[in-house]
Amino acid sequence: MSKAILYDATLCIGCKLCEQACAERNHLSYNESIAGEEKLSAHKLTAILTRGDNHMRRLCMNCLDPTCKSVCPVGAFTKTKAGPVEYDGNKCIGCRYCMQACPFQVPTYEWDKRLPKVKKCDMCSDRVAAGRQTACAEICPTGATKFGDRDALIAEAQQRIREKPDQYVDHIFGVSEVGGTSVLLLSSVPFETFGYRNDLPHEPMPLLTWQVLSHIPDIVVLGSALLGGIWWITHRREEVAAAEAAEKEAKR
Amino acid sequence: MKKALARLTLWQWILALLVLAGAYATYVRVVYGLGGATHLSDRFPWGLWIGFDILCGVGLAAGGFTLAAIVHIFNIERYKPILRPAILTAFLGYVLVVVALLFDLGRPYRVWHPLVMWNPHSVMFEVAWCVMLYTAVLGLEFAPVVFERYAWKKAVRVMHAVSIPLVIVGVILSTLHQSSLGSLYLILPEKLYPLWYSPFLPVFFFISALCVGFAMTIFESWHSSRAFHRQLEAPLLASMGRVLAVLLAFYLILRLLDLLHRNVLALLLRPRMETYLFALEIALMAVPMLLLFRRRIRTSPTALYYNAILVIFGFITNRLNVSVTGMEAASGTHYVPKWTEVAITLSIIACGFAVFWFAARYFPVFPEEKKRIVAARPLEPLPVEGD
Repeated sequence: MSKAILYDATLCIGCKLCEQACAERNHLSYNESIAGEEKLSAHKLTAILTRGDNHMRRLCMNCLDPTCKSVCPVGAFTKTKAGPVEYDGNKCIGCRYCMQACPFQVPTYEWDKRLPKVKKCDMCSDRVAAGRQTACAEICPTGATKFGDRDALIAEAQQRIREKPDQYVDHIFGVSEVGGTSVLLLSSVPFETFGYRNDLPHEPMPLLTWQVLSHIPDIVVLGSALLGGIWWITHRREEVAAAEAAEKEAKR
Repeated sequence: MKKALARLTLWQWILALLVLAGAYATYVRVVYGLGGATHLSDRFPWGLWIGFDILCGVGLAAGGFTLAAIVHIFNIERYKPILRPAILTAFLGYVLVVVALLFDLGRPYRVWHPLVMWNPHSVMFEVAWCVMLYTAVLGLEFAPVVFERYAWKKAVRVMHAVSIPLVIVGVILSTLHQSSLGSLYLILPEKLYPLWYSPFLPVFFFISALCVGFAMTIFESWHSSRAFHRQLEAPLLASMGRVLAVLLAFYLILRLLDLLHRNVLALLLRPRMETYLFALEIALMAVPMLLLFRRRIRTSPTALYYNAILVIFGFITNRLNVSVTGMEAASGTHYVPKWTEVAITLSIIACGFAVFWFAARYFPVFPEEKKRIVAARPLEPLPVEGD
């Protein structure tokens, strides 16, 4: 069963304990000034955004068909069965295509290091593998961040919207965006308020490049045949000339 | 020493200054990392090095495979005199692209990783393999020139025997990755400005690479003829101008049809930076196209040369639009390269010119020189500084 995180912005009080727990789990320092930064960075893998009275969380969406995994030339990303999208810093060459391609602008880079790595939330992959919940879900005092089976969480989110339709935007962000994500969001204000795009395709992004890449073997085979064929045709005249010369030689 | 310094030409001074600036920028890059040497950020992870050094570098080297196909596959022998300089430029171009890549990669010492860690779903993986293989192919295509220089007859014969399969492999590798540099951006439909994002990006990248391949060949021939006091292959270049005009027309019609079918022509009415840059890019291609259809322009080497330069600038504008300016609006930031980025880019170009000059001077790149070298001409002494 694939796991997921459900974040319900209407329950969030903006205490930022999730940020702190995330920093601890990832061995990153956390203090008041970092708490004030409302964006993801190499030293902050989840962030609570505040607009007026409303909150929203930013973290890796851990897509079902991750764009980062598809674009990485060395396969440094893996989507585990349990749900997390893991990153292997030992493979990474630092091309930053994942950062360029991520539809949620999640991966960040250690720009100040001589030998940097990509940084992103990996949905507490080790904890989830051990049957525990993510650090952010465990610490959340209000249940705004909840960990569980993806299908069950979707059903629960649908029920919450049904029960209090005036409190929610009628949309669970992440059910079908870019083919679905393992992080699901509920909000009382439009998701665009917090920079979540409403124009994302509902098919997995990797299809966009795969429909071209999958033709490469055909191009190689057809191209070789075509070029070889053209060469054979254009050089026929020389062959004929050589044959005629050989004939003359034989007659003599 | 003073005398030797005084003898340096203006260009040699510029070259030396660029290389010095590049050396210092390299120091900054190595010691302070990408953060210290670039204005890149989490929101704007690819800048000048990808946009210019890689995308333009690979494109400007397209003359190599274009001419190799024309001469060896299509058997149009009269283009043979300009094949070798084109192969040399392409080879140098690719080597410099790899050098630039080493600056851009966060961990350059792992550049070989795609060889053993495969991900066929990644366009970047395909680009990595194609660039690596094609650089090797270009090295082999240029190898006979070196073998002739030292009169290694057996090696020349071996290379001659495998030349056709080599050319075919080279053309296919080039087709694949000239286009796949465009495919890199297929996965960014929500980020690349709609004047440029198109499902046909790989096709556009390939055809514009062909255009610039011809333009670069005209450009090089003109410069080589001046630098080495050779006659210009005028009728040959005129016929290349004709091909270039047709290719440009095909490319521009395709771009127009694409805008039409995607219903984004109305975007051109918006007074935005993207609109102006798009207009500039198209104008730099359309003006030489119209001019090259005139006989008077094609038969004048100088006019032909300036038109080729327009096409080259149009091509560079297109690649920078796709990779830098077209990405800015969605990124929410404004990117201006840091001086170190510019210095490294310029010094890489400077090294390219210097190595080309050196190679063309000492190896039988141009046909006239060939005859003399077959007669086992001894190595000319290198000009020594400070004599």
